[in-house]
Amino acid sequence: MTKVVKMKGINKIFPGGVIASSGIDFDVEEGEIHALLGENGAGKTTLMNILFGLLQPDEGSIFLKGKQVKISSPREAINLGIGMVHQHFKLVEAMTVAENIILGLPEPFLFPLRKAIKKIEELSEKYDLKVNPQGMIWQLSVGEQQIVEILKILYRQAEILILDEPTSVLTPEEINQLFSFLKNMTEKGCSIIFITHKLREVMRISDRVTILRKGKVIATLHTQNTNEEGLAQMMIGNNTFLPAERLQGKSERERNVLEVEGLYANNDRGLPALNGISFEVREGEIFGVVGVAGNGQTELAEVITGLRKPTKGKVVIAGKITTKLNPRAIASLRIAHIPEDRRMGGVSSITVAENFALKQFHLSPFSNGLLMRKGAIRDSAQCLIKEFEIDTPGTDTPFGTLSGGNRQRVILARELSTNPRLIVAVNPTAGLDIRGAEYILNRLERERQRGAAILLISGDLDEIMGVSDRIMVICGGKIMGIVNRNTTTDQEIGLMIGLMMGGVMKNENAQDRKENLYLN
Amino acid sequence: MNWQSWLIGIFRSMGYGTPLLIATLGEIYSERSGVLNLGVEGVIAFGAFVGFAITFQTSNPWLGLMSAGLAGGLISLIHAFLSITLRANQVISGLALTMIGTGLAGLFGRGWEGTPLPFLARRILLTQNNFIFFTLILALLLWFFLFKTRVGISIRATGENPAAADASGINVWRIRYWCVFVGGVLAGIAGGYVSIIYRPAWTEGTTGGMGWLVIALTIFSFWNPIWAILGAYFFSAIFHLSFRLQAWIAPELLKSSPYILTIITLFFIGILKLKIKKAPAALTQPYERGE
Amino acid sequence: MRMLKIEKKTYTSTKSILFGSLVALLMGFGIASLIFWAYGVNLLYAYQKILKGSFGSSFAVSETIRRAIPLLLCGVGLSLAFRASFWNIGAEGQILAGAIAATWVALFSGIPEPLLIPAMFFFGFLAGVVWGFIPTFLKSKWQVNEIITTLMLNFIAASIVLYLIHGPWRGEEKRGFAYTNTFPQVAWLKMIGTTRVPWLTLILGLVAATLVYILVWKTTWGYEIRVIGENPDAGRFAGMSHFKVVLLVMFISGGLAGIAGVGEIAGIHHLLRNPEHISLGYGFTAIIVAWLARSNPLAVILTSLFFGAMFSGGDTIKVSLGIPFQAIYAINGIILSLLIASIVFTDYKISIRR
Repeated sequence: MTKVVKMKGINKIFPGGVIASSGIDFDVEEGEIHALLGENGAGKTTLMNILFGLLQPDEGSIFLKGKQVKISSPREAINLGIGMVHQHFKLVEAMTVAENIILGLPEPFLFPLRKAIKKIEELSEKYDLKVNPQGMIWQLSVGEQQIVEILKILYRQAEILILDEPTSVLTPEEINQLFSFLKNMTEKGCSIIFITHKLREVMRISDRVTILRKGKVIATLHTQNTNEEGLAQMMIGNNTFLPAERLQGKSERERNVLEVEGLYANNDRGLPALNGISFEVREGEIFGVVGVAGNGQTELAEVITGLRKPTKGKVVIAGKITTKLNPRAIASLRIAHIPEDRRMGGVSSITVAENFALKQFHLSPFSNGLLMRKGAIRDSAQCLIKEFEIDTPGTDTPFGTLSGGNRQRVILARELSTNPRLIVAVNPTAGLDIRGAEYILNRLERERQRGAAILLISGDLDEIMGVSDRIMVICGGKIMGIVNRNTTTDQEIGLMIGLMMGGVMKNENAQDRKENLYLN
Repeated sequence: MNWQSWLIGIFRSMGYGTPLLIATLGEIYSERSGVLNLGVEGVIAFGAFVGFAITFQTSNPWLGLMSAGLAGGLISLIHAFLSITLRANQVISGLALTMIGTGLAGLFGRGWEGTPLPFLARRILLTQNNFIFFTLILALLLWFFLFKTRVGISIRATGENPAAADASGINVWRIRYWCVFVGGVLAGIAGGYVSIIYRPAWTEGTTGGMGWLVIALTIFSFWNPIWAILGAYFFSAIFHLSFRLQAWIAPELLKSSPYILTIITLFFIGILKLKIKKAPAALTQPYERGE
Repeated sequence: MRMLKIEKKTYTSTKSILFGSLVALLMGFGIASLIFWAYGVNLLYAYQKILKGSFGSSFAVSETIRRAIPLLLCGVGLSLAFRASFWNIGAEGQILAGAIAATWVALFSGIPEPLLIPAMFFFGFLAGVVWGFIPTFLKSKWQVNEIITTLMLNFIAASIVLYLIHGPWRGEEKRGFAYTNTFPQVAWLKMIGTTRVPWLTLILGLVAATLVYILVWKTTWGYEIRVIGENPDAGRFAGMSHFKVVLLVMFISGGLAGIAGVGEIAGIHHLLRNPEHISLGYGFTAIIVAWLARSNPLAVILTSLFFGAMFSGGDTIKVSLGIPFQAIYAINGIILSLLIASIVFTDYKISIRR
C-alpha cells in the first residue's frame, strides 16, 4: 500500500524548553484510518499542526506520496490535499455557512456564493450531511458546526483528513454518524488521521494506531493486534493513577458537606446546561463527576463556587444555603476551587507570593483591610512553597515564568491552605505530566483522609476511576446515574459508565444499547 | 424660510459630506479587517496638504488628488507596520499617526497660508455635484466588493476571526496591510478634496476634526458602506444647517450630535447583544499565529 | 513577515527598556534634524536654541514645568486607568469638564470669595469624575468599548464649551474671539515667584503621583487593580468586583484630569475660551506620557517633564526659528512611533524562522 503521508525524524521544541516532538517517524497508508493516540500533552496536536503547516518543525522532513514537501502554511497544506478539523472550530460566527466554507478559496471573484451554495448542497446530499448554506454559524449547534468544518475540507477535495479530538463535543448519536461518514470517505479513497485519547474509539474505528508519549513514538500497530489494556499500557507507561496509599473501605463520616437540589442553569449562550441535578457529597469522600466535555460539568462547578447563578434550584454547603452567594462569600466558607481554566487561577504579572494571597488578600494576615502586608505574604508563601514542593527561584518571581505544572501547584497550595471543607476540582491534572498529576491526586487523597469533601469533575475516566469513592455520570445536564466504586469490578463499572455516558439516545433498543457499550 | 431654500441649503451642504464619506469608506475597510486607525485625522490633514501643494505646483488638480491619495496611503503604512507587523497597541500607534500627519501638514504648509487655487473655477468635471456622483458610485462599489466578492469575504473574516481566516489559508497580514493602505488612500483623497475642490485654498486646520467624525461615522453606519452614505450626508447637512436651526438648538451643541449618536449606537449594540450588526469581533486585536 | 518569529519575553529588565527608549529617542531627534535641515535651519543653532528654551534659564525651566503639570496630573490618572486595562482616551474632555466647573464657580456660583479656589478644585474634580463615569458605566453594564466612548466625549465636551462661550456664558469679545468674562482676582492661582507655574497644581501633581504609587503597590485596592487589569477572569475568581475597581480607577483618573483643567483655567487663562486653547492636546499627550512610563506613576513625573520640555521647546522654535509649532507634533509623533517600535526589541525576542 502506498504511504500517502510520511513524516521522518520530526523534532520540535517550544520556547521555554517544552519538547513537543522528539525524533518522530509517522506514516499513513492510503485509504486507512490511522489513530494518533496519547494523553494530553503527548504531542499529537503539535505533530498534526506541523503536517498542516501551522507550525514548522525544528528538524525533520515530510513526504507526500513519496515526494518531499515543505509545508510552511495552511494554504500550502490545503493545496497539497491536506485538511484539518481542529478541536476548537475555526469558524466565523457572524458569517454564513457558505461564506465560511469558501473562505480562502480562489473562487470566482464575483458572486462566489452562487456556485458555492449549489456545490455545498451537492456535497450535503452525497455524504448525507445536513446543513443550511445560508444559515449563520452562531445559530448552529456544535455538531452542526463540526459538519460545516468537515464540509470545508470536502469542498477543497482533500484526500488527507486530520481530525483533532472530534468526538469530544458530540453526542453519541452524532459520534455514530461521524464514524459511518469516516468509513464512507475511506471507501472513496481518503486517508484519515484521527487524534484522540479515547481508547474505545481507537479500537472501534481505526485500522492502525500510533501511540505517542511525551513527544516520542512508543509504537505503531495494527489495531487488530492490540486491545484497550495494551493501548492504555503504552499510552501511560508503567504508572497507574492509583494514589500511593489508599484507604479502602467505607468512610466513617456520614455528614453531608455539599447538597445540590434540583439545579437548573444556563450556559454562556443562554441554552440550558443543567437540567435538574441533585446529589450530595459527604465528608471524607471523593465524589467523581464524569462525562463528555460540554455536558454541564463546567456550569456545575461554576454554580457551586458562585461564579454562575442558577435559574432554579438550591446549593447547600455545610448546612448553609449558598445558591445566591458570590465567590468571595463562598470562599470564606472554606470552599476551595481548582478551576478548569488555569488562567483564572493565577495572574502572570504579579509575583508568586502575591498569587498565594489571591483569595484572602483582603483579610489578615495578608493585609489590614487597606494596606498589604508584604512580609506576611512572603512568609506564608515560603511555607507553602516548601510544603508543596514548588519549583520557583523565589517568592518574588513573576508567576508567569513558572512552568504549567508548578503553576497548578501554586493554585493547589493556595486553595488547600485554608483547610477547606469542600474542594471543587475541575480537570486538575489536565496537561500535567505523570509526576505532576500523581502529586495532585495524592494531595487530594490526603485531604479526603483529613475529612474534606471533594467534588472531582473530570473528563478522564481513568482518573475518576482511580480515586473516586462514588462516581456520577452526567450527560446533557442530567444525572445518568451514581455508581459506588467499591461495589463491583472495574470492568463492569467501566461498562456501566460507558452506557450512561451514551445514555441519551433517541431510538433506544437492544441493538443500539449493545453498540453503545463500545462508546467512550 | 421656505422649503426651497432649505433644499438648496441641503444640496450645498453635500459638499462637505463627500470627503467625509470617502474617508469613512476607507476607515470601514480598515476596521472591517480588524485594524482601528485613530490616525485618520492626521492622514486627512497630510493628504490635504500634499494635494494642495502638488496642484499648486503643477496646476493639475487630478495629479493633486492622486498624490494626496498616495501620500495618505504611504503615511498610513507607518500605523500598519507598527500595529500589524509589530503588533503594537493600535490606539497608541494611531494617535502617533495623527500627530505625525497633522504635524507635518501644519509644518510644511506654513508657507502657503491663505493661498488660493484660482484657476479651478472653470473646470466642469470638478464641480462638487459631479464628485458627489463619483463618490456615490464608489460607495456602491465598495459595498459590493465587501459583501459580494471573494476578497470581501476574506476581509470580513480577518476582522471577525483572524485565526479562522489564517487556518483557511488567508494571509491575514496582507489583507490588513491592504485595508489600512486603502483606508489611508481614501482618507488622503478626502483631504485633497477639501483643499483642492471644496475650499480651494490652504488654510491651516481646514480639515480639522474630520478624522474624528470619520471614526464616529464608521461606527454609526455599522461598518456598512451604504449606510455610511446616509450618515455622511446627514451629518454634513446638520452641520451646514446648524445656523438655520439656531432657533431650536444651539449650533455648537448640534455639531456634537454625531458623537452623541455614536455613543447611543454603541449603547444599543451592547444592550441588544446584536450578533451581526456589531463591531468586527477582532477589532483592535493584533494577530499572531498560534496564539 | 513570516520569516521573522516574534515571541514575547517572559521578563524585561529595566535596563533594556531604558536602552531601547534611548535609541528610539536618538533616532527621533535624528529625523527631527532632517526636518530642520529641510527648512534650511542650522542644526547646531536649532538645538542650542531648543535646549535653552527648555532648560537654559530659570524661566525656561519654569515654562517646562508649567507645561508638564497638566501632563503629570492627567498622566498619573491615565497610568492608573491603563493598569486596570481601561483605555481612557477621554482625558481631553475631562480636562474641559474641570475647566467648565471652575468657570462656573468663579463667575456664576455665588460662592464667597475666600472659598473660590478650593471650590473650583472640588467641583473641577467632581466634573472630571462625572465625565469619566459615563463610559465607565457603559462598559461595565453593556461592554461598550471605552476607547470610542471616551474619545467621543472629548468632542462633546468641546462642543459644550463652545456653546457656553458663545451663548449663555458669553462675556466681552476680544479681538473677535469669544470668551467668558475674566475671573475675579481671588480666583487666580498664585504662581511661584515671577514664573507662570501655579504652585498649587504642581504640588497636587507630585502628591498625586506619590499617592497613586502607594495605592497601586501597597494597598489592597492596588492589588485588585493589578489583578483585574491583567486577568479579569482571575479577578472574578477571586471575588473581586470588576465594576468597583474600574469605578475607583476612573474616579481618580477623571478627577485628576478635571483638576488639570482647573489648573489651566485658573492658573493660565483666567477665563473660559476656545477648547483647543485650553487643553492644547494635553489629554492626548498624557496618553503617551502614561504609556511611555509603562503605567508607573513615578516614572510619569519624568515623562511628563520630557514632554513639557518638548512643548516649551516648540514655543522656542516658533519664535526663534520661524518653524511652526506643528513641527513639535510631528516630532512627537515620530518619536512615539520609534518608541513603539523599540518595544518590539525590548519586550520581544526576534529570531529568523526557517
